[in-house]
Amino acid sequence: MCGIVGLFLKDPKLEPQLGAMLTDMLITMTDRGPDSAGIAIYGRPEKGKAKLTVQSPAPEADFATLAEDLGRAIAAKVTGQVKDTHMVLELPEDRLDAARHAMRDLRPKAKVMSAGEGIEIYKEVGLPKDVAARFDVSRMSGTHGIGHTRMATESAVTTMGAHPFSTGADQCLVHNGSLSNHNSVRRVLRQAGMTFETENDTEVAAAFISHKLQEGAKLGEAMEATLTDLDGFFTFVVGTKNGFGVVRDPIACKPAVMAETDQYVAFGSEYRAMVNLPGIDSARVWEPEPATVYFWER
Amino acid sequence: MQTFDLSAQGLRALNSTLHGLKGQTNMTSWEIINPKGAHAIAVGLDAPVDVTVRGSTGYYCAGMNKQATVRVKGSAGPGVAENMMSGTVIIDGDASQYAGATGRGGLLVIKGNASSRCGISMKGIDIVVHGNIGHMSAFMAQSGNMVVLGDAGEALGDSLYEARLFVRGSVKSLGADCIEKEMRPEHLALLADLLKRGEADHLAKPEEFKRYGSARKLYTFNIDNASSY
Repeated sequence: MCGIVGLFLKDPKLEPQLGAMLTDMLITMTDRGPDSAGIAIYGRPEKGKAKLTVQSPAPEADFATLAEDLGRAIAAKVTGQVKDTHMVLELPEDRLDAARHAMRDLRPKAKVMSAGEGIEIYKEVGLPKDVAARFDVSRMSGTHGIGHTRMATESAVTTMGAHPFSTGADQCLVHNGSLSNHNSVRRVLRQAGMTFETENDTEVAAAFISHKLQEGAKLGEAMEATLTDLDGFFTFVVGTKNGFGVVRDPIACKPAVMAETDQYVAFGSEYRAMVNLPGIDSARVWEPEPATVYFWER
Repeated sequence: MQTFDLSAQGLRALNSTLHGLKGQTNMTSWEIINPKGAHAIAVGLDAPVDVTVRGSTGYYCAGMNKQATVRVKGSAGPGVAENMMSGTVIIDGDASQYAGATGRGGLLVIKGNASSRCGISMKGIDIVVHGNIGHMSAFMAQSGNMVVLGDAGEALGDSLYEARLFVRGSVKSLGADCIEKEMRPEHLALLADLLKRGEADHLAKPEEFKRYGSARKLYTFNIDNASSY
């Protein structure tokens, strides 16, 4: 099944409440996906700075001196904030790729959740309310964000199998559904140089879009291409530095509801997820059409 | 009028209260407040009562309805009035996928749009949609009538049996074995009645519709059994 929630804020006054609103939406979708949960939050980028969010199965040992060790390795100032099993490292934007590479040697067991100017991804196994509480998501501010509650079908219930998947800087994707041709698409993408962390079908969709963007496609074009190249059931919500997009497969049996007001655009697998948003009673509420790409960017 | 606050009293209490209304009851008028998109609101009713839901509903609202009139003053999630047996369900807003699926009888009115698979496998229900319907609507529809004032999506009436489909707007494509058919006087009379009961007689006239039905080439049709459909 799985549940998806998303919020794109138009009104900056709501930005301090982004985490709280998304957390409420995410918890409402618990019965669509109680296995694991994840959230991608996009903060306002600071000029010249980037963030690397990493996860470790042994956070105490791995994170104790990580900021200092990474700073030495990439010869730059690195600061860090530990949140449960995750750590957000802030560093100069032009050292982001070097930091990603350095992490492999410095902390081989740690995994990079996300990298970019605005994005932070937190995901873990467990009930959405527990996952949100562990990372204190409700106190986070930001411009837009995407959350996912997972009921696993295509790969094991693990931290790395949880959504969102990030396969490019400031990019992420969440998925409700299942892909049937992910193995063959993964082979093609591997040959094209993309790397994969899991055997999960959704990671293939994320990498497919990242690869298209790398080739110069616009977000809308990359999402359009999923309709011809990916086979299976899907409702995708894709996040980028500037906004988010939605696309459903032509059969469109995976549910999706959207709501728009002057203050925000919201996505939910069900209307239920959005009932506590401000002004929802007078929002324009609609079901996204099958095989149609929608996106909002600032 | 009995008022039930769903967010305060809960779904099980609501449905067991409504299931307790049997035969003659003097509590014939109900209002449900704070539905907040909850699932399975007013499912399985079996009494001639009026239930008004003040807001939008989640999955399966008014499913398996018998006798009751259920009005939703908002939009309805997937599977509204699924397998309805009799009575009336009226949605003021839009309806999500498979509205009225497998319905055996009664009337479903959707004043906004219905999305994909509206009336899939319908078996006697009447469905009146004031707006548009999505793809694969009336798939394998067996009997009953579907009236659409707007447009129909792809593959209307695929593998259709003996349901009658009336569409006023455009049809993106017809499904396998679904064809346009002649509109005869009895169909115009039937449509006039359906439009009136569907609260749409002020919006459209029977002459503005086209009729679609089964070409009867895909399933084994025996004309001697026509009266039993």
